[in-house]
Amino acid sequence: MMSPIIQTAADEGTPGGLAQILPAPRWVDGHPTLHQITDDVVRAMEARPGKGWWICFAISLAALGNLGVMVAYLFAKGIGIWGLNSSVGWAFDITNFVFWVGIGHAGTLISAILLLFRQQWRNSINRSAEAMTIFAVMCAGLFPLLHMGRPWDAFFIFPYPNQRGPLWVNFRSPLVWDVVAISTYLTISLVFWYLGMIPDLATLRDRAACGIKKVVFRVLSLGWNGSHRTWSRYETVSIILAGLATPLVVSVHTIVSMDFATSLVPGWHATIFPPYFVAGAIYSGFGMVMTLLILTRQTMHLERYITMRHLDAMARVLLLTGSIVSYAYATEFFSAWFGGNLYERYHFINRATGPYAWGFYIMVLCNAITPQVFWFRKARANVAALFVASVAVNIGMWFERFIIIVVSLHRGFLPSSWAMFYPTVFDVGILVGAFGLFFTCFLLFIRVLPMVAIWEVKGTVGHGAHRMALSDDEAAPEVAHG
Amino acid sequence: MAREFLVATYSDANSLMSTVEALRAENLKIHDVYAPYPIHGLDRAMRLGRTRLPWVTLLAGLCGCGVALAFQFYAAVFDWGMNVGGKPDNSTLAFLPIAFELTVLAGGLATVAALLLRARLYPGKRECLIVEGVTDNRFALAIPKSDSDGTARARQILELSRPDKLEEKAAEL
Repeated sequence: MMSPIIQTAADEGTPGGLAQILPAPRWVDGHPTLHQITDDVVRAMEARPGKGWWICFAISLAALGNLGVMVAYLFAKGIGIWGLNSSVGWAFDITNFVFWVGIGHAGTLISAILLLFRQQWRNSINRSAEAMTIFAVMCAGLFPLLHMGRPWDAFFIFPYPNQRGPLWVNFRSPLVWDVVAISTYLTISLVFWYLGMIPDLATLRDRAACGIKKVVFRVLSLGWNGSHRTWSRYETVSIILAGLATPLVVSVHTIVSMDFATSLVPGWHATIFPPYFVAGAIYSGFGMVMTLLILTRQTMHLERYITMRHLDAMARVLLLTGSIVSYAYATEFFSAWFGGNLYERYHFINRATGPYAWGFYIMVLCNAITPQVFWFRKARANVAALFVASVAVNIGMWFERFIIIVVSLHRGFLPSSWAMFYPTVFDVGILVGAFGLFFTCFLLFIRVLPMVAIWEVKGTVGHGAHRMALSDDEAAPEVAHG
Repeated sequence: MAREFLVATYSDANSLMSTVEALRAENLKIHDVYAPYPIHGLDRAMRLGRTRLPWVTLLAGLCGCGVALAFQFYAAVFDWGMNVGGKPDNSTLAFLPIAFELTVLAGGLATVAALLLRARLYPGKRECLIVEGVTDNRFALAIPKSDSDGTARARQILELSRPDKLEEKAAEL
């Protein structure tokens, strides 16, 4: 009697033969070997950076430098250098804060929620999306800190035993919840990102000949040796973290929305805010992921792993979340009319016809109308269209926060305190600077760490994928038997 | 201390998988399998038990939640009650968001710490690779070597599985 091993070996042939018989993995172009996947991803890091990278890096670094100078000046002079006044006490700073936190949410959606839903297309984009999350949350954290006016006393927000009583923070305040939520979010995202990178860092360690690179990767890869017993626990922990990160990400933007919704300001005081903000956050984040991936897949030659099918899937998510956001806009107007509250009604009339109406129409154009092009397959298959739309989404989502914050504040309950907000050079400069911080971090990331999760892509094309492909694809069993 | 192993190397996961199944069918002991990515189905083939790590998450999460609720209650009710907009000192519902965040934080960090402890992974640990390339494109199977009949039978099965390489090695795995 033949042993089971020989039977299987005879059935399935050599690995090369197997790859040719079975259908191509769905989310990678062609049939790359495992070694080739490592090569393709690492080559992008090992090659000298091209001219495009240097130009982008120089611009980002200049913007980051600008941020440093402006923040130093802000520390010296106080937030009076911004265009704030006693009516509009929150403007660019909090707009930027909500904008950046929102950007971060797509990373967690891709890395955690799509993992729970077993979406294989996340495998080649999750690493860069998570990196984006971390850099975006860093940028976000900067703004409340600067907005405090005395950032050196920022630690007052944490409930530590102090000599003022001890006087504790007000645990009923969404602003305090926000600090805890954002800190937890940054910590868990960092841990999730790093944990996901350990096997790849080991791959890099084993490729490095010697020298400083080997030492650094050795320290970072924690002695990983590919043991399946460890892999098994590792996958369980990844699922647990994904399970924790999923409600976490929803809680973070829910709490951000409560910063507004628990107040009595017309335009803020709305129960729709939590789901509206969460959908908006994922929407803006996907816009940013799309912008970044379109740029990097071409410059880093990763088209094989970040395929048009990936961009198509992301465009569909943009269409879905964009439509949810549009629905929320409509609901806000409907409730203002249907609720019969004079101040609410006035606020929404002012939003659409007041001095900031231009911002409102930019928002509607970018967020509600632009993504509708993704109903068409042709638009989803056109990289230029995807790129323009993704940038438009980001512009629109920044304006959405600006409209919510500034338009609500500038004409409150008391007409005598109505005022306009005009940004100063420092408002704009710090916004540009935050982009500098974000892009500097991202550009460094794609040079020093693998921006595509090597082991996850290998899993997609490896053993498990063939089994999955067979069960997914109706034509496959015939091919396999034939 | 280094131990002796029979090590078979493969270049695809399917051969490895069927070898593991054949070995386990005869109740032969497998020390471990080394692979560049997690091979789904191998847990069952190796008859690995379920990890207890989710319990760590549950316990740490409960602790995080309990500590957060207790501390907020203590601070807001016993230590220094504050009248904020006429809300009760014990605003339990308002304490939930922070309790939830700390549940997630404690659960997540403790689970990762437990994984690293259990898998004995720590910064600067010198890796012990069973064969070169297990973090790239090789799959390896390690069987503990002894003088028993089991090792001889395992060797037979491994030879039949046509590995790229079959060798005896001393390693500290």
